[in-house]
Amino acid sequence: MSNTIIKVQHLSKRFGTFQAVKDVSFEVNKGDVFGFLGPNGAGKSTTIRCLLSLIKADAGSLELFGKNLSSDRNEILRQTGSIIEKPDFYKYMSARKNLEVFARISGADVDASDIQNMLEFVGLGDRGPHKVGGFSHGMKQRLGIAQTLLHNPELIILDEPTTGLDPQGIIEVRNLILKLKNEQHKTILLSSHQLSEIELIANRMVIINKGVSIVEGEVAELLNSTELMVSYEVENANDLVNYLTNAKPALHFQVISDRIVEIALNKNEVPALTEELIHARIRIHAIEPKRKLEDYFMKIIAS
Amino acid sequence: MLRKNTYNEFVKILSKPRSFLGIGALTLLILLIIFAMKADGKSIISFVTASFEQTLSFNGHILNGYLIAFIILQMLIVHVPLLVALVTGDLISGEAAMGTIRMLATKPISRTKIVLSKFIAGAIYTLILILWMGFLAVIVSQWIFGTGDLIVLNSDGLTILQEQDILWRFGAGFMVAYLALLTVSSLSICLSAFAENSIGPIVATMAIIILFTIIGTLDVSIFDTIKPYLFTTHMASWRSFFENPVDMGTIMESVLILVVHNILLVALAIWKFNRKDITS
Repeated sequence: MSNTIIKVQHLSKRFGTFQAVKDVSFEVNKGDVFGFLGPNGAGKSTTIRCLLSLIKADAGSLELFGKNLSSDRNEILRQTGSIIEKPDFYKYMSARKNLEVFARISGADVDASDIQNMLEFVGLGDRGPHKVGGFSHGMKQRLGIAQTLLHNPELIILDEPTTGLDPQGIIEVRNLILKLKNEQHKTILLSSHQLSEIELIANRMVIINKGVSIVEGEVAELLNSTELMVSYEVENANDLVNYLTNAKPALHFQVISDRIVEIALNKNEVPALTEELIHARIRIHAIEPKRKLEDYFMKIIAS
Repeated sequence: MLRKNTYNEFVKILSKPRSFLGIGALTLLILLIIFAMKADGKSIISFVTASFEQTLSFNGHILNGYLIAFIILQMLIVHVPLLVALVTGDLISGEAAMGTIRMLATKPISRTKIVLSKFIAGAIYTLILILWMGFLAVIVSQWIFGTGDLIVLNSDGLTILQEQDILWRFGAGFMVAYLALLTVSSLSICLSAFAENSIGPIVATMAIIILFTIIGTLDVSIFDTIKPYLFTTHMASWRSFFENPVDMGTIMESVLILVVHNILLVALAIWKFNRKDITS
């Protein structure tokens, strides 16, 4: 069996005149915690909804577990658990009853003890008989994760699972995801608009913007690329520019302000250049390394 | 999977307070009618029979359980559709409004089966409603007022039905009335597939019933061709079982039209729901 769990190729979806997804392609491998990163409105939720057959794609192909979504929908969904945006439950029913309702149609044999175990796994062990209407957003999110795991799916799709949570809730959900990764070895597709979140949890990622996938790869490689943009805050940017132009003509740099100059450097070049600048009596106030990808992503968000 | 989700849908219906609102309202209304008839039924009957007393002599137990059951059925069959629509009208749109439709539609069950299970659960709820109505109207009324011959005032005049010839008419009448209510249920589920909020399909169902009923009562020739095909025209077909002889041809025609309505409405709901992008 192939190692690829999700294969999306040239996906596109239009709502009326609005092109939500233009050309998204990526692959998620077995055991990956795959970050699906993009600013708000980039097309993440639309892509995920297409993956779960909530929305019909206009073009492109969607394969999960090596099967075509349109022809093997039920078989694929039997192996998939998901939370789309925020988990919504039947407010007039208890947490346990809600899980019973979803377990019944999940395609797996789930009994009362499985439900109790799952409630305990997500830290809601004593909340089973309580109506969901009285739950906080964080509790609903944890119940949502319980709902996705009940039928022991191979693939878990979480669309912005920490949105709207307080810092404590974010940590709890993040720890739960890490627990799933480390203890249950699930394949997880996690969408987020926060690079820091993806960096903490994911091992691979794709960045999408305006409905197009831009870059895909290992998180460590993408974020810890040896080439950096190093921001030098100096007393006078002109002094630094003059020095670089005369002494280091091969270096690429960019003047950000009258005090800040960004220089493209390899990691190991930073100490030597800094020493040279000190010898050249250029007064350095601060040095801030910026990873190109992070900088690029911040620019996407800013725009 | 259809059976499991039908069970789920029924659990959801039973978990909603509004489902019991209908049963409670129905109980209250029927008990109110029974109380009113117990308190002042004889004078009401005298008022109705007064116009016939010059030519007919009325003897025996006229104010009996069968008559009360007939009056209840006649009075309430107009209002029960609201109680049905109140529950079935948000079976799909209520899930969209609550956001649970996302969870439901990402489970390994086809959308066709989702709609069918909602229709079946709605049909079971409607059946419970009509059985409860039948129990209160026929059984409780008999217990309080006893039995006797049934005098029914039809457009042709008075029809007197023998005591031993009545019960089957109620049974058959309730079955046709159930079919009419099932059509209301199918209509509201169909409208629910098009909507994203709970209240819209409930209001729209009642608006359609009122509109069709008005068209049915207007004596305008332009509407004459469509009147036989409006489901509201056939909602009172249960009454035909209380004529003598029973016009089975007319009843079967009504049954056919109601069945066709049900099939078309559920098919339309399935078609719409299968093509729907779930963006809520």
